[in-house]
Amino acid sequence: MITIDLTDQPIDVSAALQLVQADGAGAVNTFIGTVRNKSTGRPVVRLEYEAYDSMALHQLRKVATQAQERWPMLENVVVIHRKGTLQIGDVAVVVAVSTPHRAESFAACQYIIDTLKQVVTIWKKEFYEDGDVWVAAHP
Amino acid sequence: MNLKIALFGIAKEIVGQSVLEVNAPDDQPVQQLLEQLRAQYPALGQLSSLAVAVNNEYATDTQRLHERDEIALIPPVAGG
Repeated sequence: MITIDLTDQPIDVSAALQLVQADGAGAVNTFIGTVRNKSTGRPVVRLEYEAYDSMALHQLRKVATQAQERWPMLENVVVIHRKGTLQIGDVAVVVAVSTPHRAESFAACQYIIDTLKQVVTIWKKEFYEDGDVWVAAHP
Repeated sequence: MNLKIALFGIAKEIVGQSVLEVNAPDDQPVQQLLEQLRAQYPALGQLSSLAVAVNNEYATDTQRLHERDEIALIPPVAGG
């Protein structure tokens, strides 16, 4: 089962963990991306995520499906991404997967977060005390 | 044909609006639309990457555009 969500509400991590549980799974691997207080040495005060919702949801599902094709033993996949304004320490993304054994669980979880960062249509703007920058926009 | 292009993130800031309407020849390939937009808004040419999405999928440079397509300009993503 694949569960995908894009939300402007705080992410409920324990609810995500419950969703990913499966009787056949001996391993649950979770990646939680949080907002940190600095970026390339510059203090960050908050950030904003903007999404192209329909494409982001479509691409998130595609990435999860690719992971299932690559690791057919994957039981459940949950990917929830936040949008809107986030403060330091807020959860920006949760990726959780369940598999019979742990090795595939680590690998699939890492594949999903790495691929998400490359293809999913979400943009991040960092706000500093003296300005703001769209992350990764310029070389 | 008349194309409606959805803009996000820094592309929206550069163009100054969230939807751009462009008049383009029928069956125009993606590459030509990108060239046209970069000529019109030179700051788009300074981004690390700029892709076009058609109906929620990344388009290739040679893919041809049609009026009823849902088209979006995709500046460098930064989710996660």
